[in-house]
Amino acid sequence: MSRRSLLAGAAAASVVLVQTASGKAFQAALTASELADDPTKVPGIPPGVLGTRSPFEKPVKTPSDTSSRTPLQDLHGIITPSDLHYERHHGGVPAIDPTKHELVIHGMVDKPMVFTLADLKRFPSVSRIAFLECSGNYRGANDGKIRPQEICGLTSQSEWTGVALSTLFREVGVSPKATWFLAEGGDAAVMTRSVPVHKGWDDAIIAYAQNGEAIRPEQGYPVRLFLPGWEGNANVKWLRRIELGDAPFMTREETSKYTEAVGGGKIRQFSFTMDARSIITYPSYPVKVEKGWIEIRGIAWSGRGKVTRVEVSTDVGKTWQNATLQEPVLDKAIVAFRYLWNWDGSSTEIMSRAVDETGYAQPFLKQLLAARGGNMGYHFNPVTAWYLQGDGQVLFKAT
Amino acid sequence: MGSMVVFAMLSAMNPKVSQQRTAWRRPAWQRPDPLLADTLSQPGHFSFGRPVTEEEIAALDIDVRPDGRGLPKGEGNATEGKVIYALKCAGCHGATGTEGPNDRLVVGDTTQGQARRIKAIGNYWPYATTVFDYIRRAMPFNQPGSLTEREVYSLTAYLLHANGLWNEKDALNAKNLPKIKMPARDKFVPDDRKDGPEIR
Repeated sequence: MSRRSLLAGAAAASVVLVQTASGKAFQAALTASELADDPTKVPGIPPGVLGTRSPFEKPVKTPSDTSSRTPLQDLHGIITPSDLHYERHHGGVPAIDPTKHELVIHGMVDKPMVFTLADLKRFPSVSRIAFLECSGNYRGANDGKIRPQEICGLTSQSEWTGVALSTLFREVGVSPKATWFLAEGGDAAVMTRSVPVHKGWDDAIIAYAQNGEAIRPEQGYPVRLFLPGWEGNANVKWLRRIELGDAPFMTREETSKYTEAVGGGKIRQFSFTMDARSIITYPSYPVKVEKGWIEIRGIAWSGRGKVTRVEVSTDVGKTWQNATLQEPVLDKAIVAFRYLWNWDGSSTEIMSRAVDETGYAQPFLKQLLAARGGNMGYHFNPVTAWYLQGDGQVLFKAT
Repeated sequence: MGSMVVFAMLSAMNPKVSQQRTAWRRPAWQRPDPLLADTLSQPGHFSFGRPVTEEEIAALDIDVRPDGRGLPKGEGNATEGKVIYALKCAGCHGATGTEGPNDRLVVGDTTQGQARRIKAIGNYWPYATTVFDYIRRAMPFNQPGSLTEREVYSLTAYLLHANGLWNEKDALNAKNLPKIKMPARDKFVPDDRKDGPEIR
């Protein structure tokens, strides 16, 4: 190392120490030109108060006016980093002071109650890893130039921690005659959904934590309703009120939205369960692959229970092989799968389909359209194919 | 361990405690979440939180149900609603409720474009009460919760009128709003998917 580069390195290091107490600003601002030629010859930065993502890694969500999509193709394993969890809002992300936020439970109960966040945290806690998915989560593209993020990036997975709703139901004494409850958010849309009471007794969580820390504002800080396996919209964020009743409340989000035409002039309503689905995240557009060994990787999930099998085809659906499911395989959770394949370089289509413990097999697009009178819309979970051109370019293909 | 024994004795002596402890003998659907199976000795009540007053509930309880429960006193009409619509709604929903850029509210001309994709109040919303509930809680988008009850009734009346479901001059109120039969009502069916292999 020359004296000049040594000095340059020392100067850069001192800038680091002066500029940041946490190290975060430095890491975030680090550019390639600021990197030492040899990191073994320059002391690194000291410990900080927050960890950072390497400046070489730039996974980002893709926002629209109302949602933001998880970069599924950039992720590994089954947990979505909290800042990459998909978003869907109906009146923006509210700024809520947790010391002022309360949850009221009333209606058909013995004792209407109000709970502060501190109260909720005193109750016995439960925790589980489960996926969350917007029910409007399928897109295609005629030119094939579309990533998993665009196709189904409104799917993410976290560990959710909170108090079981059944615990609160017992605390307020829910009437045996109550059949539905209204969940209401404290956002600008004061968004509401009706939920069957049995889900509250079964496995609903009033969640205040996500992946070990307080829920992010985009995910409902300080508390949200979490309904394992059920469509994202019903998992009301920024939860401020639960009202027990004996019929659905017929809110805007469960009538004019989140309902789907299914043929015969019928519109399906209260379709809560997310059907089984999978997607290959590698290789996928815009990747270009080389012939030889390719580990096909992806994720699969089902709102009905555990994924029991993921089948992969590398010959346009003519034959199917079981992929390896990476443990843990959890109930109503995303599971990672992989399948090792030796590509001979000739053009083909690869695809995956999930099968869950109820025997449900993820359908092809044509099957779904046939079952729903030619309609697309919410709860659309078709098998997704990737077309591998001879030159290795990977492109989306509808099935 | 000692406290458990004491608790058991207390339970035997105190009918109230005993009653709390046997509260678990409920139908399966009322039993605790399996995730809580390790906390079987939890009490019937923790007494965390506090009772909420009627006034506190009333301040939050803004929902309107299909049978009209929750609708406030007062009334409005489409003539007044038309003026409010032009001022506060047309910017997002279009001059006549069909143009957008945001949600189409009025069915209007269904011969142009892809008619079956139109999900307006007049051909897709199953309950008129939902229109009132949604406007009151969430609209206008940039000033949610800013409208008076009369303005909400009037806007609801105007949108129903524009969809051919209400007379322009008639006063809309808590009594007649729930009685409006919406054209799409009978199209809605509850989820008919079942756990199993069937694709639906």
